Amino acid sequence: MSARAAQQPVLWPAFAATGAIACFAYLFLRVEAQWEVAALAVGAVLALLAFGRTRLGAAVGAAWSVRPVPLAWGALLAASVVVALFAEDHFALLLIATVLLYGLACLGLTIQFGYAGVVNFSGAAFFGVGGYTAAVLATHTALPHPLVLAAGGVLAGAIGSLLVLPLLRTRGHYAALITIAFAILFKTFLEVNDALGGPQGLKVPGMRMLGWSFNDNIPLGEQTELSFYLSYAVFSLLLLAGALLLMRRLERSWLGLSLDAVRIDETAAAVFGFEVARWKILAFTLGNVLAGVAGAAYAMMTGFVAPASFTFAESLIMVSIVILGGLGNPVGVLAAAALVLVLPEKLQVIQEYRFLLFSGFVILVLLFRPEGLLPRTLRQYLPGWGRA
Amino acid sequence: MDLSLLGQYVLNGLMLGTIYAMVAVGFTLFFGVLDVIKFSHGDVLMVGAFTGLVAYLGLSALGVQSNALLTLGVMLSAVLLIALLGAALARWLVLPLRGAPPINLLLITLMAGTVLREAIRLFYPAGANPKPFPRLLPADSVSFGALTLRFDSAILIALGLASIVAVHLLVTRTRLGLAIRAVAQDSETAQVVGMNFQRIVLVTFAIGSALAALAGVTAGLYYNEINFGMGLLLGVIGFSAAVVGGLGNLYGAILGGFLFAGLQTLGAVWFAVPAYKDVFAFAVVILVMTWRPTGLIAEQSAERV
Repeated sequence: MSARAAQQPVLWPAFAATGAIACFAYLFLRVEAQWEVAALAVGAVLALLAFGRTRLGAAVGAAWSVRPVPLAWGALLAASVVVALFAEDHFALLLIATVLLYGLACLGLTIQFGYAGVVNFSGAAFFGVGGYTAAVLATHTALPHPLVLAAGGVLAGAIGSLLVLPLLRTRGHYAALITIAFAILFKTFLEVNDALGGPQGLKVPGMRMLGWSFNDNIPLGEQTELSFYLSYAVFSLLLLAGALLLMRRLERSWLGLSLDAVRIDETAAAVFGFEVARWKILAFTLGNVLAGVAGAAYAMMTGFVAPASFTFAESLIMVSIVILGGLGNPVGVLAAAALVLVLPEKLQVIQEYRFLLFSGFVILVLLFRPEGLLPRTLRQYLPGWGRA
Repeated sequence: MDLSLLGQYVLNGLMLGTIYAMVAVGFTLFFGVLDVIKFSHGDVLMVGAFTGLVAYLGLSALGVQSNALLTLGVMLSAVLLIALLGAALARWLVLPLRGAPPINLLLITLMAGTVLREAIRLFYPAGANPKPFPRLLPADSVSFGALTLRFDSAILIALGLASIVAVHLLVTRTRLGLAIRAVAQDSETAQVVGMNFQRIVLVTFAIGSALAALAGVTAGLYYNEINFGMGLLLGVIGFSAAVVGGLGNLYGAILGGFLFAGLQTLGAVWFAVPAYKDVFAFAVVILVMTWRPTGLIAEQSAERV
């Protein structure tokens, strides 16, 4: 028994970290004064940078690798508490849901080039495929909305499969060009296509599920009314939780191992009998499906889709989120998504300069910490294995 | 379609092709020496156009009247300054990331491009609006039957082609060009026999960027308008042209540039909505890449395992 007890790592650092992140998220969304926002943002970046190097970071990592289930429930609870605390605040909930849905799309990109090494510079395009699918289907058909979301994902995957053949035949910069060309082609196509609304885009009806209309405020008692964004935030949280579970399962399975082999050395993987094409197709399609679902949900939340939201520049922002967070680390991706999407909204001073500052920041990270803010760690199959 | 309209399309296509080829040659030079894609190239071009505009305003303020002198001043200042800018980007962003995954390099140069673009938008006076570019070349035209040829287009096309030929001669016929080709072929051996690797890389980036600056000024003189976002699409098109032609091959870049312009022109002629021309051109680019994965003039290298 004592040997087994020695293997059990203490869980409290991990719970404490979750709590600290939740408190931080609450504070960050709540504070108004510009200097407070700036101080919190700088503090967050420093904390992220320091996290991986301290013993606390190691303890949290160990706890997550051995006892993920209670910790995952804890994280879900903490996130729900943060969402609940803003239940009446439209703006904060919109920001939260935006981060969650963009995070979902970026998880898709993480599967593509964090795991399988397939570059995709058209993430926003697949996000847009989902959005436009939702707009068309929800307006013109009576399809239940969960199916509309699924259709957004399926169509993004299907359109992505048009790119699979050129992507499989090319490598490196040539492959990058194909996705860049697709990103520009897609946006230009939307702009000139009148059936899809042209530059003005389309309106998207709000989500309805099981008789529940997401676009109505939720009355609570006599005076209070909960923001209708609460439904979207909770729904996005559930979607994201599902995606994170999928990611973790994928990473720990033989599928994830095969994807890693293909990324690290395609030639060697092929020599050892891995079917490179098969794994690349799997990762590319799965990633696009996630982006498509996220795009469909996002379109239904914001109520409209327009080509300007799905430009090459937006795709670049997604790629930057994935690299900033730490290639292949879902948690890092979420942290980066929060930083990149929320900071310009909160820090009005930098609103005008946000692209400038943000690109400068990415340059600094790439120069001085190319592995990202929270680098991916080695996966552990056996609890406590390799630890004294 | 009548002959004069066709002539217009052909001339416009030639002009575009020349500009694209100038950009593509830069991409292919950089790829040759360092195996990198410098994605800030389009925005460097845009900064070149703005440098030209500032030079024009400065020279006019000094009282220079002659259009020929003004043109010369605009081009020289753009070329010199942008050559420095290109070398600086290579020195502080590209070289430090040698050995990092290619995607990091692609990303850092993309971000550098964004920094340049945003800097012009925010800090150039009213930089968010398009700026009129002066008409410095003679706008007279001669007619051959139904076809009219404007002098300024003819001069610009000739100048662009001449600059590409000059770079080609520089790479194939001079000592410096020999060094560039040596580094491109095998940088380690080149260093072993005593070549200054860093200096040659920087010079190559300076040459490529100077060509982009010239392309930017050319675009300004042709359209008589420049804006902070002009580099993004020109950069992507130049990159496509270089890749479709075959990276690292000067002829490929020229072929790709004119091919892309031809596709756009065809697209504009064929489709009822001319705006589909870019959709068409990029779709064909993807198809060509599927058919010839390393470009029309394929890369001649076997992968060493």
